[in-house]
Amino acid sequence: MRTQVVLLIGSGPIVIGQAAEFDYAGTQACRALREEGVRTVLVNSNPATIMTDDGVADVTYLEPLTVDVLERIIARERPDGLLPTFGGQTGLNLAVQLAEAGVLERYAVRLLGTPLAAIHQAEDREAFKRLLVSIGEPVPESAGVRSVAEALAFADRVGYPLVVRPAYTLGGTGGGFATDRAELERAAARGIAASPIGQALVERSLVGWKEIEYEVMRDGGDTCITVCNMENVDPMGVHTGDSIVVAPSQTLTDKEYQMLRSAALRIIRALGIEGGCNVQFALHPDRSPSADPEAQVPYYVIEVNPRVSRSSALASKATGYPIARVAAKIAIGRRLAEIPNAVTKRTSAAFEPALDYVVVKIPRWPFDKFPGADRTLGTQMKATGEVMAIDRTFEAALQKALRSLEVKGQGLLWESPAWVDLTDPAAFVARHLSPAATDDRLWRLFAALRRGASVDDVHAATRVDRWFLRKMAGIVRFAEDELQGKTPTPDLLRRAKRLGFADSDVATLAGMLPADVRRLRAQWGIRPVYKMVDTCAAEFEAVTPYFYSTYEQENEAAPLPGEKAVIIGSGPIRIGQGIEFDCCCVQAASALRARGVAPIMVNSNPETVSTDFDASARLYFDPLDEESIASVLENETGGVPGAEAPCLVQFGGQTALNVAERIAPIGGAIAGTSADAIGLAEDRRRFHDLADALGIPQPPGGTAASLSEALAVAREVGYPVLVRPSYVLGGRGMEIVYGPDDLERYFHAALEAGTGRVLVDKYLRGKEVEVDAVSDGTDTLVAGIMEHIERAGVHSGDSYAVYPAQNLLPAERARIVELTARIAKALPVKGLLNIQFIVEQGNRGAAPPENPLRIWVLEVNPRSSRTVPFLTKVTGVPLVALAVRVSLGSTLAAEGYARADGIWPETGLVALKAPVFSMAKLLDVDTYLGPEMKSTGEVMGVDRSFAPALWKSLVAAGLAPAPSGEVLVTVADKDKEEVVPIIEGLHWLGYDLVATRGTAALIRSLGIGVREVGKLSEGNDEILRVIRSGKCAAVVNTPTLGKTVDRDGFLIRRAAVEGRVPCLTSLDTALAVVTALRASAVTYDVAPLVAYRAAAVRVAGE
Amino acid sequence: MSRAAVLALEDGSAWWGEAFGDASSAHGEVVFNTAMTGYQEIASDPSYNGQLVVLTYPLIGNYGTFDRASESRRPWVEALVVRELDATCREDTLDLDAYLRQHGVPGIAGVDTRALVRRLRAAGTLRGALLQVPPHLAHDPGVAQEAVAKARSSAPLASRPLVVEASGLTREVGSGVKVAMLDTGVKENQIRCLVRRGAKVRVFPATASPREVLSWSPDGVVVTNGPGDPAAIPRIAQSVRLLLDAALQRGAARPLPILGICLGHQLIGRAIGATTSRLPFGHHGANHPVRDLRTGEVVITSQNHEFQVDESSIPSGSGFVVSARNLNDGSVEGLAHEALPIRTYQYHPEGAPGPRDNEPVFDEFLADVRRAVAAR
Repeated sequence: MRTQVVLLIGSGPIVIGQAAEFDYAGTQACRALREEGVRTVLVNSNPATIMTDDGVADVTYLEPLTVDVLERIIARERPDGLLPTFGGQTGLNLAVQLAEAGVLERYAVRLLGTPLAAIHQAEDREAFKRLLVSIGEPVPESAGVRSVAEALAFADRVGYPLVVRPAYTLGGTGGGFATDRAELERAAARGIAASPIGQALVERSLVGWKEIEYEVMRDGGDTCITVCNMENVDPMGVHTGDSIVVAPSQTLTDKEYQMLRSAALRIIRALGIEGGCNVQFALHPDRSPSADPEAQVPYYVIEVNPRVSRSSALASKATGYPIARVAAKIAIGRRLAEIPNAVTKRTSAAFEPALDYVVVKIPRWPFDKFPGADRTLGTQMKATGEVMAIDRTFEAALQKALRSLEVKGQGLLWESPAWVDLTDPAAFVARHLSPAATDDRLWRLFAALRRGASVDDVHAATRVDRWFLRKMAGIVRFAEDELQGKTPTPDLLRRAKRLGFADSDVATLAGMLPADVRRLRAQWGIRPVYKMVDTCAAEFEAVTPYFYSTYEQENEAAPLPGEKAVIIGSGPIRIGQGIEFDCCCVQAASALRARGVAPIMVNSNPETVSTDFDASARLYFDPLDEESIASVLENETGGVPGAEAPCLVQFGGQTALNVAERIAPIGGAIAGTSADAIGLAEDRRRFHDLADALGIPQPPGGTAASLSEALAVAREVGYPVLVRPSYVLGGRGMEIVYGPDDLERYFHAALEAGTGRVLVDKYLRGKEVEVDAVSDGTDTLVAGIMEHIERAGVHSGDSYAVYPAQNLLPAERARIVELTARIAKALPVKGLLNIQFIVEQGNRGAAPPENPLRIWVLEVNPRSSRTVPFLTKVTGVPLVALAVRVSLGSTLAAEGYARADGIWPETGLVALKAPVFSMAKLLDVDTYLGPEMKSTGEVMGVDRSFAPALWKSLVAAGLAPAPSGEVLVTVADKDKEEVVPIIEGLHWLGYDLVATRGTAALIRSLGIGVREVGKLSEGNDEILRVIRSGKCAAVVNTPTLGKTVDRDGFLIRRAAVEGRVPCLTSLDTALAVVTALRASAVTYDVAPLVAYRAAAVRVAGE
Repeated sequence: MSRAAVLALEDGSAWWGEAFGDASSAHGEVVFNTAMTGYQEIASDPSYNGQLVVLTYPLIGNYGTFDRASESRRPWVEALVVRELDATCREDTLDLDAYLRQHGVPGIAGVDTRALVRRLRAAGTLRGALLQVPPHLAHDPGVAQEAVAKARSSAPLASRPLVVEASGLTREVGSGVKVAMLDTGVKENQIRCLVRRGAKVRVFPATASPREVLSWSPDGVVVTNGPGDPAAIPRIAQSVRLLLDAALQRGAARPLPILGICLGHQLIGRAIGATTSRLPFGHHGANHPVRDLRTGEVVITSQNHEFQVDESSIPSGSGFVVSARNLNDGSVEGLAHEALPIRTYQYHPEGAPGPRDNEPVFDEFLADVRRAVAAR
């Protein structure tokens, strides 16, 4: 029977281990299925995705990903097929639950792609092992354990080292290595606790073996192919998501390559997957290729992902083979040989890509945000994103990937201050290198080699293959012997560029300026050429517009004819710059196309939709720095004066904005808000002056270059004050300071970090309100006003935001719109604008005459913001498309979006944007909310009123408390007064309250019963047992003032995160949760997004 | 750089780089191979006799060379053309550079191989010549001109006894059912695949007479791969025709299974009266999809050939049908006799380099052989 309606499950919020790759895969799948005439129904809770944009699926639900919601959608849409393999582990888990609940059977829904048995076999380690043994594939000795004692018994049998992994988890959360009994006790307990089925696998550790992955496809006719293989530079022991990875493998002989390839095919056949699958192997690292023709190098099968994955996204981008697209077509019954190769158009999907370049992926970790976190890499993935680079040499691919990371100042030559004094190579290797990797291992390797450590010594210490180390040593030697202190010659510079040295590194080494190097290159004609990623090593003519730079002879990318524009992408996904910006870039590309302008995308992120080969008219997969963008612009204009390729810098987040002021000097032009206007908004001192001149109220404060200045400002405006570096990225280094001591501590830390000037502003305890607007410099349209649930002081990215704002007076609303328009006109803005305001309601003091409503402008971002995709979805205002049109010279009036009242009408729909954290992956990170952003993703809850919308967002974020049980309440003294309504609400809802002494006394004083538990600092860990008991529905905990050590609170919050207990660290969130529960929001409706919008329009029309 | 080298093509283009391997010059047809691993297997494939091979994967030599990866007694490529030559990091391996030097084969590195391949793709296989000069003569237009002239005067492949050069001495390997192999340039892995499956393989030189082969009383016959144009070796083709006639005469009652691989496939095609012709730029790689027309299944194959059997020329009364076809260009990838166990494959079921997916071809052949033995 032909499949006619398919329900596709998205992966939900971005968390570590499950990120943008699933938006990419799901978007491709929707498009591929619709091409086949299949009606697609999509459900995802994440608004910051392209897949949930209008027009991608036939019907889109932005609802929580639960069995209950899915069943209701199935009942309503009656799909005949369910495709869960594009929603990561979330999708697979839901498919299993739906099957087990009998839903699939009840509604006669077929599971497409991966059979249920295969999902079980890939996830349940024992079943996996049985399957592999049955087909003769080697698996490491292992045992499934349900208790620590069982784990120890296994260890007695096979010895150490061992590794522990929980069953059914994301990115291996909760496992660990054990080299002795004590470590095993801890790791086993953690692994069992982290598994939703209380099962962990203990197995022989293969640390130091080569880690090799294969991406495999299989169709219903049993035709199998491998898309590519990949080799981890970091050998076994580091999660592949945290490893530097190359494609294809570099150190494998053809015998080894084919041996593992054959094994991968046997495995996908045994699992019966119809679609894509990822197989990971450990290969013995030092077996010499013997003369014996039958000799086989030992290997083990490590893991199988029976679905598209992060690795398959990487493989797709590395080869040009659209795995997700092909997998979707296979799932509905198409055969590989029937599916055209979209790149060559002439061949089919039944072939194996041939690469004629090297691909290097480097993960992007969030440790710049969490300086205190454990930076050791192991079986738990910690990276939030990744970058990829393509070149014809390994050295250049590696160096370009390094540049793409965008870690400020951390280029090739970077060394940690902690290493600098240790110049002896042997001592350096002994002190700083080991098989246990950290996020800075690549730099440690360079540092060791720079000190003269031999490849063999570094290999012995780290087990990184000598081939990679020798390449790195070559880079180091070239830098030291050829570039350091030398005057570049044409030959030297050409060789340096072939090895991937950035102009800036050449300049540093040669004692010049980057601009000098660029000038020399121009003079000597040393320019990159662009080569095509064509899936076939040039064997066939290809039509793909996918290019990378390299320093060779032939350029394959002639300037694109006709009108065109360059979109500067947003680079790797990191906290503070997530998938939202990639969404905006993709929307911008579509908007350009719709206007007949060819979109040219520059980006370095392999996970996302923007780097899909058909997202734009041309894709340059290259770093997003000045050098690379200058080269792209030169290539597109062909150096011809008058040839134009204007750049759009407002969609790629701070990454794109950062290059804005460099565009003009490299001969480019910006379309949209000018570099000067951007600088005016970004530079806080300049903006302060402008705001003063315009009469735009800002929180009182000032800048300080010294501690005494800072103390003076704080004294003048009064504590608490908000302090931050003068150029802020996503709340980096921002803190609320409550007194002079804290200020002194902050200031010293800031100086140490080389921050320079510090901004000291009065901290206003008001309501935080945010707008996204689009302006043509004359007219401005506010798409919507969002109100944050949490008060100012919690980073906007970590706040719950509700649209429309629920607590603004008409006058306040009008004032916000007016201020937005005034700022947009003054800068001026041509495109998007995001402004954050503080509304100080209920302040009984006298209002300043110039600010009678006490509305202050906190921050102005002349670019797309994190909330643009959310607001676009809930209002239907095509913000990005309007910004593109305005940037190209149109006006809001001409587009029909100029309104006298300056704001898009609010309607009957209410939507919540809720932050989602990945704290379970990052040990040692405190989870309380503050000015520094910590969330990795977001979900949305939408309904016709506030309470159900909020409840949905809580459910989608995994923060909805269980309907009954205990709630642990322990709050700082400053919060005691405010927590009262929350306590009363929880009591009214029937929860049993548990509290520490102070809070317990408060509860009793309200006449409410409470169980008092001791404090951790008093040596009593009962409180942790409460959290881990399984009966704890929620924890309400607020941190004590300032950043002084709050060890009890930290342990409580960590225990909650690790025990998957909702932990509310802001009383605003807690109150909202109680309110939603009291409003019986638990019973909510499920409907497609357009239905909410349509209903809302009806309401508006009445 | 110790020696510079230039690769010139008959179209007048010259590609400068650094020399490696032997310090000699070379000429012949220039072809490209898209396999990402297996440079040693490629270099030592006798089918490349007479050809300079461009490897499209840019990093070559990474894991060195070692005995087990040799597909014959020596490298046969006239020269290797690579983007970057790497030294080995693995123990007990020899650098590719040293391996080629040992056998007198030159190479050129530092070439924009992708640009070169795009040219070959557009123009079709071209003749080329490699010249080596001291570094100070690098990029010398005179040298380039000389190389172009040499490329243009390079004798066509047909004029060289490529098969006879590549063919080895008589030898016998393994034990089990008796398989006679006409070595028109065999890759060692074909022998290994048969021996591993329980065959006694007797390798006959390409010049062996059919009488000689048949007097050994083989249970089955393999005609192997090999270099060059099948139309240029009439005497060997005649031998193949006589072997085929013997099998056809014995018929289904006393069958003599025959397996033809690559050149062997083409020779059998000619023996039944079909013609062969040149592909625009050949098939050289480890990723060619082939559809088995009997099962509909698609397999990924290793390929290395310039010529094809022309489908339209297969005589209708020959008893042979096309059994497999290339998914990319539709060319013939296999022939099968309607009644007798005679099967041929244009691709390399032994891989090396390339997928091992098609080793069942040897299982099938030996199953035929064993049935034939049992029927006696």
